[in-house]
Amino acid sequence: MTGTGIRIEGLTKRYGEGETAVDALKGVDMVVAPGEVVGLIGPSGSGKSTLLKSLGAVIEPTSGRMTLGDEVIYDDGWRIGDLRALRRDRIGFVFQAPYLIPFLDVTDNVALLPMLAGVPNGEARRRALDLLGALDVAHRARGMPSQLSGGEQQRVSIARALVNRPPVILADEPTAPLDSERALAVMRLLHEMAHRYETAIIVVTHDEKIIPTFKRLYHIRDGKTHEEAGEGLEFAELVHG
Amino acid sequence: MISLAGRDILHDWGKFLLTGIGLGLLIGVTLTMAGVYRGMVDDGMVLLDNSGAELWVVQQETLGPYAEPSSIYDDIYRGVLTMPGVAQAANVTYLTMQVGNRDREVRAMVVGIAPGRPGTPGWPPYLVAGRQITRSHYEAVADIASGFTLGDRIRIRRNEYTVVGLTRRMVSSGGDPMVFIPLKDAQEAQFLKDNDAVLQGRRRTSANPAFSRAGAPGVLDAVIASQSRNPSVNAVLVQLRPGYAAGEVAASIARWKHLTVHTRPEMEGILVGKLIATAARQIGMFLVILSIVSAAIVAFIIYTMTLGKIREIAVLKLIGTRNRTIASMIMQQAVGLGVIGFVVGKVAATFWAPGFPKYVLLLPGDSLVGFAGVVVICALASLIAIRTALKVDPAAAIGG
Repeated sequence: MTGTGIRIEGLTKRYGEGETAVDALKGVDMVVAPGEVVGLIGPSGSGKSTLLKSLGAVIEPTSGRMTLGDEVIYDDGWRIGDLRALRRDRIGFVFQAPYLIPFLDVTDNVALLPMLAGVPNGEARRRALDLLGALDVAHRARGMPSQLSGGEQQRVSIARALVNRPPVILADEPTAPLDSERALAVMRLLHEMAHRYETAIIVVTHDEKIIPTFKRLYHIRDGKTHEEAGEGLEFAELVHG
Repeated sequence: MISLAGRDILHDWGKFLLTGIGLGLLIGVTLTMAGVYRGMVDDGMVLLDNSGAELWVVQQETLGPYAEPSSIYDDIYRGVLTMPGVAQAANVTYLTMQVGNRDREVRAMVVGIAPGRPGTPGWPPYLVAGRQITRSHYEAVADIASGFTLGDRIRIRRNEYTVVGLTRRMVSSGGDPMVFIPLKDAQEAQFLKDNDAVLQGRRRTSANPAFSRAGAPGVLDAVIASQSRNPSVNAVLVQLRPGYAAGEVAASIARWKHLTVHTRPEMEGILVGKLIATAARQIGMFLVILSIVSAAIVAFIIYTMTLGKIREIAVLKLIGTRNRTIASMIMQQAVGLGVIGFVVGKVAATFWAPGFPKYVLLLPGDSLVGFAGVVVICALASLIAIRTALKVDPAAAIGG
C-alpha cells in the first residue's frame, strides 16, 4: 500500500440541534489506499449513507478531517471552494442502479463528465471509448442505455465513475440488483479497475455474496467504524464454489 | 459540450413533436385572432382607399358615413364643388342589407355611386372582370367575395340588377362585400316604403286641410311628390386639387356649409378607434387568454417532463453538472417546444385563414412579434420547472 487514496479522521455528523440532535457519525476513522477496494457494511440506520454523502461532498460533516490524495479537503470545514468540481473531477460514483442518462448514448454517458470539465468532445469520447473497451462494453458504445442489460449498464456506470481518473470511487450497493454471477463480475471489474487506475474504492454493501471478496472491511454501527480483515477470496474460488 | 436538451428532445421526439403540434394549434388560433384584427383594420383602410376620397362631407356633428348614420341633401355637392381646393365632389350612399339572386343571399354593403366615369369619388377604382356601370338604372358591379358572377341578376328591394362588373377587396369595415349601383336607385332603395305605407301616407297627407285648400289646388300634389322621393345621400366624397391642405379645405367647407368634414386621418381614427374598437378589445382579451393558456400548457408539460427526470437531474448534479447547465437544458426544451409550436401554428394559420368568412391578414411583422412572444412565454413558463430542478438535492442519488 503506497500513498493515501482517502483518509478520514474523527469524522462526525450531527443532525439537528439541542435535545432533538442526532449524532449520525461519532468519530469515523478510515483509510483506503490507492488501488485498494474496501467494504463498508452495517445495518440500516448505522450511518452508512451519511458517511457516503459526507465522503461524496454532498453534505457537510460537523467535524473531523478528510484527506484526498495529498490534499486536505475537510478540516472542521470544507477546505475546497468548489465542491461541484471536487465531485466531478476527484470522486467517482457508482450507484445501486446505474442511473445512466436515458437520452444520451453509452459513449456520451461516459464522456459527459470530461465534457463538463471542459475537455473537448472528441478527446472526451476517445477516453470514454478506451474505458468502455477496458470494461468490455465497447460493442455497445452507440447504443442507448435502455438497450443494455443490467450488467452492461452497471459496467457503463463504472466507466463513467472512472473516466476522469478520480483518486476515489464511492460505490453504493453496486451489486444489489444483480444475480450472484453478475455481482461477482462487477466486483471483479472494480478490483481490476482499482488496480489498473490506482483508485481507492469504497463499496457500501449488504450483499453477502460479495463480502468475501474484500481483503479489508469496515463495519459501521451506531456511527462508529471498526476495521477488520476480510477473506479476500479469489473470484475463481467464489464462482466455482 | 453536447446539447443535453437537444439529446433529450431527439430521444423522445415523438412525444415532443405531438406536444408541439398540440401547442402549435393553440398558437395557430392565437395568430389567427391577431390576423382577424389586422384584417378588420385592413378592411377599414381598404374601404377608405377604394372610396377615392380625401375628404368625407357628412351631416353636422356625426361620425358618418361608416360609423354613424349621416343624411345630407343631394345638391350640397354642387356648393362643395365651388369651394377652393376641391377638384371633384360626388354623392354617395351606403346601405348594408341582404342581396340575393335566385340561388343565394349574401350580406352586402350597397353603394350608390353618382354618374361619372372611372376615378369619380365612390366608384370602384378597378375591376377584375366586366365593365363599370354605364346606365342610370339596374346595373350593378359586385365584389367577387359576394359570389356573384357576371350576368347574374340580383335583387335589391323590389328591383333586379344585372351584374356587369366584378371587383376584388371592395369590402365594408365589417368585411361585407360591396355592391355598387347607380345613385338614384340607391336613394330609392334607402327610402322605399311598402305599398300600404305609401297609401297610408298619401291618405294622411290628403286628409290634412292645410294641403287641400280650395284656393291652392296644386299644393297637395306637390307635397305628395316631395314625400315620394328621397333627396338625401349619406356623404359627399371630395378629391382635392394638388397643393391644397386637406385640413384647411375641410375647415373651410365645415365653416361655410355648416357640415362636418372628416379628413383621411380622422376617418382612420373613427374606423379603428371607434368602429372596430370593441371588436379589437374582444380580440385583445382572446389573445391574452390564449397566451396565458399557452404558457400554462408549456409550464405544465415542461414541469411534468422535469419531474420525470428528477433522478437523472440528481445524478447530473452529483457528478458535477452546473446549475446553469441544468437550467439551460430545461429552458432550451421549453423554447424548443415553443419553436415547434410556432412553426406548426404559423403553417396551420396560413392554411386555414382563407377558409375564414372574415379577412384574416397575417403580417410578417406580427409573426415576428408572435415568435418573440412565444419564446418569452416558453422561457417564463420553464421557470417553475427550473426552480424545481435546482432544488433537487444531489444527495438524492445516493442511498436512502
